[in-house]
Amino acid sequence: MSEIRTVGVAGAGTMGAGIAIVAARAGFRTVVFDTREDALARARKQTEGFLAKSVEKKKLDPTRRDAILARLSGTTRLEDLGACDLVIEAVFEDLRVKRELFGRLDAVCPKETLFASNTSTLSITEIAAGSKRADRFVGMHFCLPAQLMKLVEMSPGLSTSEASFERAWECCLAMGQRPVRTKDNPGFILNYFLVPFNNDAIRLVEAGAAEPAEIDRAIKAALGYPMGPLELLDLVGLDTQLLLCDALYAITREPRAACPPLVKRMIAAGHLGRKTGRGFYTYDRDAMFGG
Amino acid sequence: MSYSIVDTGGSRSFPAPHPLLAGAAPDGEVVILVGQDAGRALARVKREGKAAVLVELGTECLGVHTGESRGTEGSNVLGFARFRLGDAEPSDLVELVRQPATPAAAVDAARKVLEGAGLRVSVCLDFAGRIVDRLVRPYYNATLRRLDEGLATADDLDTTLKLGLGYPEGPIALLERTGLAHHFDVTQALFDAYGEQPYAPARRARVAKERQARADRKERG
Repeated sequence: MSEIRTVGVAGAGTMGAGIAIVAARAGFRTVVFDTREDALARARKQTEGFLAKSVEKKKLDPTRRDAILARLSGTTRLEDLGACDLVIEAVFEDLRVKRELFGRLDAVCPKETLFASNTSTLSITEIAAGSKRADRFVGMHFCLPAQLMKLVEMSPGLSTSEASFERAWECCLAMGQRPVRTKDNPGFILNYFLVPFNNDAIRLVEAGAAEPAEIDRAIKAALGYPMGPLELLDLVGLDTQLLLCDALYAITREPRAACPPLVKRMIAAGHLGRKTGRGFYTYDRDAMFGG
Repeated sequence: MSYSIVDTGGSRSFPAPHPLLAGAAPDGEVVILVGQDAGRALARVKREGKAAVLVELGTECLGVHTGESRGTEGSNVLGFARFRLGDAEPSDLVELVRQPATPAAAVDAARKVLEGAGLRVSVCLDFAGRIVDRLVRPYYNATLRRLDEGLATADDLDTTLKLGLGYPEGPIALLERTGLAHHFDVTQALFDAYGEQPYAPARRARVAKERQARADRKERG
């Protein structure tokens, strides 16, 4: 198997930009693809801002920052990913969109190029089925924010060859990440457990059993978790929780994964969490008040 | 605020000396009943004129001791339990159980006494599992089931949840350290209360409980 030197990232959203930083920081030439110029420009700006902060905090010297930025390029031409040894897809969580993208990538990438999906809920095997190279296809789920979180959930699909999986695993280690191996299971490990857990907390609020602040305090004090479930939901956004629930419940049909009605009511009211200033708590700038 | 303690023995919340126990007075404004028979002792305690009377709970609801009627129950009697996983030390969290018509002044008095002893208090209504057990037992059962199904190794499950969510300890290591048999007892009580599958004890918890029962029988001869 050839060595991985160039990494492609398809999708310049928050996740894609974070993965690109991880790859470029580890010394890989990194090409970020997006169909939209403005998305690429925003990702570049965010990346420069993140690296500038790293320099400010003395975690990175300016020379290394310049080298990282020099290794990073953006493109709106899918053909430019043809030179990549590994392409990590980080586009919208839609099976049809992802399969179509990999179908097009198969036409522009050499047969040795390894494909990976950063999906958090969809089946690797099902996405890989659209790639025409299911044996060279792996799941690589980075955690948000990817540039700060070490964990990567790595999953082989049903047809993934062990050699391809090992190659992707080695690349993940070379990126300075901490991979864990998980089956191709809806939600893998993190979301499979977290989404229903958070739903259970929402249902306690919905039932009037306890106030959000009481629930969060209980979980933090009892278990030492850094955040309570409702604080976390406000951070990730109620709209995101709905998407995760819909994706997970559609596959598993497990009642705990079904989105609680309160979430839909909160979304309708514009209470999405921190991003709208109100969720389970009310936010005034960065200050948090009891809900 | 002064408080007195009636210790009926065998408390899971206070198995060892604690500032709350040390700070008690002979006849306080708040009465705290601790121990396995706290609920039964409630009948022998004078409640009138007290700011609050606290009853240590196991897995049962407070209503078992106070009675309930038409959703309007509530008095100066509150339930409480210090959250504790199996054989581990009790946490600093006290779940304080109120009923629909419990006066706010009684909740405030109870909270003041408990927080004054360095404990952290979360108030909830009277339902099986209170807050923490209600949330963590289905999650623990799910992790044990998924371990059986080979989703990932125990180490990878634990590592993922620690690195991904900042948990201080992964669920498998935590349950094995604190006692899977105890997890069985709690989640079985919740399964009895709710009849919902996520509370049904996972196979590994059931095995641990059977092994504990076998060891206990052997010890008794």
